[in-house]
Amino acid sequence: MSLSVKHLLGIKDLTPEDIDLLLRTADNFKDVLQRPIKKVPILRDTTIVNLFYENSTRTRISFELAEKRLSADTINFTASGSSVSKGETLIDTVQNILSMKVDMVVMRHSASGAPHFLAKHINAAIVNAGDGINEHPTQALLDAFSIREKLGGLKGKKVALFGDIMHSRVALSNIYLLTKMGAEVIVCGPPTLIPKHIEKLGVTVSYDVRKTLEWCDVANVLRIQLERQNKPLFSSLREYSLYYGINKELLDSIGKEIVIMHPGPINRGVELNSDVANSKHSIILDQVQNGVAVRMAVLYLLAGKKDEAFG
Amino acid sequence: MKSLFTQKQLNITLERLAHQLLENHGDFSDAVLIGMQPRGIFLSDRIHSKLKALLPGAVIPYGKLDITFYRDDFNTSNELHVAAETDINFSIEGKKVILIDDVLYTGRTIRAGLDALLDFGRPGSVELLVLIDRRFSRELPIQPDYLGMTVDSVASQKVKVLWKEQDKKDEVVLI
Repeated sequence: MSLSVKHLLGIKDLTPEDIDLLLRTADNFKDVLQRPIKKVPILRDTTIVNLFYENSTRTRISFELAEKRLSADTINFTASGSSVSKGETLIDTVQNILSMKVDMVVMRHSASGAPHFLAKHINAAIVNAGDGINEHPTQALLDAFSIREKLGGLKGKKVALFGDIMHSRVALSNIYLLTKMGAEVIVCGPPTLIPKHIEKLGVTVSYDVRKTLEWCDVANVLRIQLERQNKPLFSSLREYSLYYGINKELLDSIGKEIVIMHPGPINRGVELNSDVANSKHSIILDQVQNGVAVRMAVLYLLAGKKDEAFG
Repeated sequence: MKSLFTQKQLNITLERLAHQLLENHGDFSDAVLIGMQPRGIFLSDRIHSKLKALLPGAVIPYGKLDITFYRDDFNTSNELHVAAETDINFSIEGKKVILIDDVLYTGRTIRAGLDALLDFGRPGSVELLVLIDRRFSRELPIQPDYLGMTVDSVASQKVKVLWKEQDKKDEVVLI
């Protein structure tokens, strides 16, 4: 049994069986992370480069930790301070790194499709750690893992994605994953932040935060991505918070238990109030913890494909 | 295909192995059983329940160990192994650990098992119990302490231990 893909470019390419295998393997790694020695030797002869062309805290640390827990050797590359500023192209940069016997590439890039482009030109397994406004597959996997852990499964669960659906790669990956695994999905936000025709992906659109909260088992609140908005799409952060922000008062008035998730970093007081982010319904820090186990599963299962894919 | 053990013979051998463990470990106050995933578990389940019947009231710590992430053939084998559950909910620090697997062949699984075990602590000692020892196929210096039966076989042959829980009958066959 193994994955149907050579690279993890997006959830779009995965089958439900792939997702299931990834989540089950992550269960095993979560168990490893609870042991006195939180490390296994399986990737001890694998070298992995983390290429970050865009800022990151959680994802970068999480991948690096996952690699170390698998005993892989790691190299960290950030675009700032590298020869990228001298004009070196993406392919040249990666080819040079790979010539030093590197087996896998974890890449984050601000251009959508950058890892797909790289996959066509280089001879190594690629893990997409977020590409522009396209996909962030490991985030969707860790979100799914966390929902499954909290609610016992994904099938038939009602998940609402709130906020900036337009610019969110987390939203797109979550939509692909949740619909493939039989969950129901509503996207909710201001009309300017919800792409047209998104219903074609099998989700329902709502503009009413209260009604959506009343419907859902899980609220995954996404970050407002001001850095990706070329022109203003809502009047002010204060107004956004007033109409689309989630606070304790609103949650209490609904009177049912909703699991609160956020991929981070949180704009506290904008999309999510601190009283909700820090409440017992929030599994935000569990998401971060599960991220390491999920990324270990991704790296392990892709490294295992090395021979048949490139041999 | 040749039958090496029928159900009746197998039961006698399991009884003997359980008694040998009792002989060495008494009331199991400082000994623990650890079965090796995936197929060693059927044997360790049987041994554990036989010991419980022989020592009414005693608590015999029993865990399961998966060695998938400790294998030494990750880069040479084309087959990707899917891990099974590891469940050791007690400390092995200073304990006499009895590792249990169905067939001892090259010794590589037990080598990986020892590595995996040491990540849970420093046991006082480790012993190995196997049902079948294919003695001429060893690639590492590993020998059993408790043994059901020695089988002389060549590499092209296969020894398969069948269990009622999984395979509808208890039998050991040489294929």
